[in-house]
Amino acid sequence: MSAIVEAAQYLTFRLDEELFALDIDKVREVLEFSSITRVPRTPDFMRGVINLRGNVVPVVDLKLKLGLSRTEKTIDTCVVITEVCVDGESVVLGALADSVQEVLELEPGQIDPPPRMGNRIDASCIRGMGKRDDRFLIILDIDRVLSPEELRSVTADRPPAPPERVAEAFA
Amino acid sequence: MSTPDPTSAMEQFAATFREEAADLLTDVETTLLALETSPDDPDLIARAFRALHTIKGSSAMFGFTDITTFAHALETTFDEVRKGNIAVTPALVSLALQGKDLIRSMLDGSGADTKEACAEVIHALREMDVAAQPPAPAAPRVSAPRPPDPPAVAKTYRVAFQPQADLLKDGTNPLGLWTELLELGSGEVVATTDQIPPLHDLVPDACYVAWDAVLTTQKDEAALRDVFLFVEDRGALTITLADDGESDTEDDKKLGQILIERGSIRPEQLQAALAAQPRLGTILTVGGTVAPDQVAAALAEQRVTRQARAERAAGAPVDAAASVRVAADKLDDLVDLVGELVIAQSRLTQVAASRDDLELVAIAEDVERLTADLRDNTLNLRMVPIGSTFNRFKRLVRDLSTELGKQIDLVTDGAETELDKTVIERLGDPLVHIIRNSCDHGIESPADREASGKPPTGTVRLAAYQSGPNVIIEIHDDGAGLDVEAIREKAIARGLMAADASLSEGELFQLVFLAGFSTAKSVSVVSGRGVGMDVVKRSIDALRGTVELKSKRGAGTTLRIKLPLTLAIIDGLLVSVGTGRYVLPMSLVEECVEISRAQVEEARGAHLVPVRGELVPYMRLREWFHEEGEQPLVEQIAIASTEGRRFGFAVDDVIGQHQTVIKTMGRMYGDTEGLAGATILGDGTVALIVDVAGVIRNAIPAGPPPS
Repeated sequence: MSAIVEAAQYLTFRLDEELFALDIDKVREVLEFSSITRVPRTPDFMRGVINLRGNVVPVVDLKLKLGLSRTEKTIDTCVVITEVCVDGESVVLGALADSVQEVLELEPGQIDPPPRMGNRIDASCIRGMGKRDDRFLIILDIDRVLSPEELRSVTADRPPAPPERVAEAFA
Repeated sequence: MSTPDPTSAMEQFAATFREEAADLLTDVETTLLALETSPDDPDLIARAFRALHTIKGSSAMFGFTDITTFAHALETTFDEVRKGNIAVTPALVSLALQGKDLIRSMLDGSGADTKEACAEVIHALREMDVAAQPPAPAAPRVSAPRPPDPPAVAKTYRVAFQPQADLLKDGTNPLGLWTELLELGSGEVVATTDQIPPLHDLVPDACYVAWDAVLTTQKDEAALRDVFLFVEDRGALTITLADDGESDTEDDKKLGQILIERGSIRPEQLQAALAAQPRLGTILTVGGTVAPDQVAAALAEQRVTRQARAERAAGAPVDAAASVRVAADKLDDLVDLVGELVIAQSRLTQVAASRDDLELVAIAEDVERLTADLRDNTLNLRMVPIGSTFNRFKRLVRDLSTELGKQIDLVTDGAETELDKTVIERLGDPLVHIIRNSCDHGIESPADREASGKPPTGTVRLAAYQSGPNVIIEIHDDGAGLDVEAIREKAIARGLMAADASLSEGELFQLVFLAGFSTAKSVSVVSGRGVGMDVVKRSIDALRGTVELKSKRGAGTTLRIKLPLTLAIIDGLLVSVGTGRYVLPMSLVEECVEISRAQVEEARGAHLVPVRGELVPYMRLREWFHEEGEQPLVEQIAIASTEGRRFGFAVDDVIGQHQTVIKTMGRMYGDTEGLAGATILGDGTVALIVDVAGVIRNAIPAGPPPS
């Protein structure tokens, strides 16, 4: 993933108490979390499928995926519909968020590179750390979080990322 | 929709070219293969030449210069063939086929090193040209005397093209057309510019210019028309035979017609007389007033117009009137929309049923009927004849028989059978695999065949036909057949069956499709088949089809593939299991039976249910899908029949029949075991479609659970 060089807009959302952000270009829309059809014999973080205006769209529990607790349904729970790039192909996926906050613009100067350690989340999945009113936003690289290798690494219980991929994330 | 920009318009145009060129290449291949059996057929030679010529012309228009150069070389050779300077030999056909493949890979942009290969083919072609070049007419030809070539009369045509104003918007460069036209002979082009409006009225991307050309060429009008192939419907094209204007063509034409109408001569006689005539130019300079000469001039024009008319008659109904070329994704969109409509309609029916309003119910029923008709019609649009893929197998068998040193004929039947486009596309690879197997392991070498009293040439028969809602494809070879005993031994050795188990022949043959079973060398040697048959089986499963194998030792093998007509919408049986709802494909469900708790206990753990005197094994979908919740006292068992055996699925409740619009679950869920997709129900929720064959396959090796 390339370094962030231009001012861009981000959608911020909460997972537990932490603030996360996604590049707005990756977000298609935000839906209320209503009924979801569980798909049997799949990993827990793959919560199932929803009907998005006639299309069947998979929904991922982002918290479970990032090693946090399972997302429980509250009045604020949302499905963020994202367009993930898989092998050069755009795939529509839903991601569960505890609540969606706002859309804000960040200058490259307001974004730090992801910390190398001391983070519960795999650094290769983070594009950078945004600063906002003394709070940090974790800007996720959604392509990486939901990449097919990552999905497999979860199911096969492999270590999260080989070193070269981490290096690549900082390139 | 994004705003059109010139690059994308050009891209789109180039895509059209690719599509058309692909069609032409298929035509070239068919023609070449036909030429191999009848090398002296002038029609076939002309057809190959014309197709190559068109590819050359249109590729030049869209800037595929490497294709242009290469097609030109091929065309030149076929021109020589047409003139009778080169005979059609198997070597030439092979070379041309190779060339056709190269053009295809250049089109796809897939071939990395086409350049070198092209150079090789061109070199080989040149050698043939050179070998044929020295006094060719003197060389005695073994072939039957060819009909005399049409006299190479240089004729003068008036070509006028008045394009539509939006011609340039497609990225067409009209200058290229005229350059190409002038290459056919000698002439002049004059641009008519009086249509150009004053500057303030001028639309910059509109085409206001019309062109007039006078061209003297030995080519016929069709060749001239070919130049305008891609723009013919984008403007008014008129091509008239002009001669030098001294003789009145109107009168000549009438005279020629009169001669024929009076019965004084027959058209063939006119043709013959014409062939004997000296060059038209000479005739006209000689005097021009002598009656026989005028007749000849009239005949010349008549011949050209007749030819052009015949061509229009042959070409027009297929190209313009009877069929329309539509981009495949537009059709896919249409099918998607109809799918949406079916879903919306089932909602309407559901709502109507819940209200006590007869009028609403009547409307809902009307909509239901119309939707069903619309659905059938739309799905029908995507049906294409399977014959298009058959061609590629002719080529495959030809190549294989050379490679393997065997004599194999491919006989095809039912090329007109129609199947969903997607099914046909995805059927290609498995069929290649099967035919390869038939040629490689099925058909014996000519010597072996003669030793066992068979004709030395083996036959592979590829047949397709429709049977109810399914299409059956049969691949039959008259080769050695499968060795049942060898399969049995192998199965026992691999622990797939007990040594004393008595499996029917059909059941034994099914083992060939198991993964890993076939890779063992001994079996492929002994039984002569089976490499990668599991892959074939999986591809067919993915198309919701079934494969059956029949074989008789020494007499041959038949593979029978049964496929549903379409992939987009199926009739399903909606069932509930725990909190989930699932769809079983109706085509596989034979009947539903009830089983009570008492019956289950009576069976003491064996998962068998009596169905009219037969014990049918079953499994609980609830267990397979890990559905929670209390199991009902009375369960429903849907009995499915696949691959010749019956198997039951225990569900909580059968809800009913459901028009199932199949939605893919995307890459994430694409490989989920036991599921074939999802569908959207009338209330907007998603139900999952059970992959019946997949679940059975997974359930059976485990065998009945220990009691």
